[in-house]
Amino acid sequence: MTAPDQPDIDQESQNPPENTRVWMARGARAAVSIPAFILTAAFVGYAGLARETGLTLFETLAMTGFVWALPSIVVLTGAISSGMGILPAGIAVALASVRLMPMTMALMPLVKVPGKTKTWQLLIASHFVAVTAWVFAMKHLPDMPREGRLPFFIGFGAAVTSFVFCMTGVSYLLVESMPGMVAGALFLLTPVYFLCSLWGAARLNADRAAMVAGLLLGPVFFTYLPGLDLLWTGLVGGTIAYLGTRIMRRGLS
Amino acid sequence: MEGSTAGGLVSETWWPLVMIIIAGWFATDVWRWLGVFAGGRLREDGELLIWVRCVATALVAGVISKLILFPQGVLAETPLWLRLAAAGFGFASFFAARQRVFVGVLAAEVFLVSGWLILDTMAP
Repeated sequence: MTAPDQPDIDQESQNPPENTRVWMARGARAAVSIPAFILTAAFVGYAGLARETGLTLFETLAMTGFVWALPSIVVLTGAISSGMGILPAGIAVALASVRLMPMTMALMPLVKVPGKTKTWQLLIASHFVAVTAWVFAMKHLPDMPREGRLPFFIGFGAAVTSFVFCMTGVSYLLVESMPGMVAGALFLLTPVYFLCSLWGAARLNADRAAMVAGLLLGPVFFTYLPGLDLLWTGLVGGTIAYLGTRIMRRGLS
Repeated sequence: MEGSTAGGLVSETWWPLVMIIIAGWFATDVWRWLGVFAGGRLREDGELLIWVRCVATALVAGVISKLILFPQGVLAETPLWLRLAAAGFGFASFFAARQRVFVGVLAAEVFLVSGWLILDTMAP
């Protein structure tokens, strides 16, 4: 009433819920995209893998919804199928998910409106942090008004998650009636998708060296130390890659 | 006797869910929550985080090669060299297409299915 020169701020404080809803809808609409399509295909492939491993539909969907990070889901599937205990399985999954922490950290300053965004809102949004949504967000959020970013990200994440969730269930049910070759092709989808996106997400030589080390050591540990092979692959391969590239970066200091 | 069967059934139904909640959901989301709370305080290029990322990357890479070398189900019927060649071809196409994941995945699938079809027609 006293600030006719600031209509924007006035309007925003009058109807923030509507504004939030508009941004959420925009995020959901933006979810119809190529990255989301690839992710869906990868989860369709995973549904085949899960069924082949002997997981029930319920377990497959619970993992998709609760974990929502394909590498961790595949690690957990392997752990359950090889009868790993809950503690080593948890450690393996936690190791496979560490990368989510720096990713979330990098996203936070983008979506936070200082003094306004509640922590619980960020905690909810953080569940959608996974490679696909994260790459999309880091690319497109900076062009948006700050107020709209968090609802946009939540709308995007929720839309992708629910769509993928449904498609995973549908393909779990359909995979049995698929021709063998189609199902087989689906199983190859997951590793190739990871192969490419993991390399694409690598930023340092250390990441790439770790990837090569893991590719080579994975089968070795699987053959000689089955059960905890993933943990050993991660720890030994990762440490070799880290130390090797560290020496290359800064010598023996 | 009956009680123990029922108990076994219950634990058989619920154990995977407990496993999914604790070893899956908690073990994954705890990093996202930590990321929210750390929010920019930890240096992303710190040495500790580089090592942690290396371990994580190697672990997931181990999963990749296991899925290709020791697949389960129908894919296990294909010869190893075909799977390796398909994955290699996909990865090479991924690079040729300036690191577009879509191209890599599609190329690997086309390679696998064509190779599989050729082998099938050659088989008696």
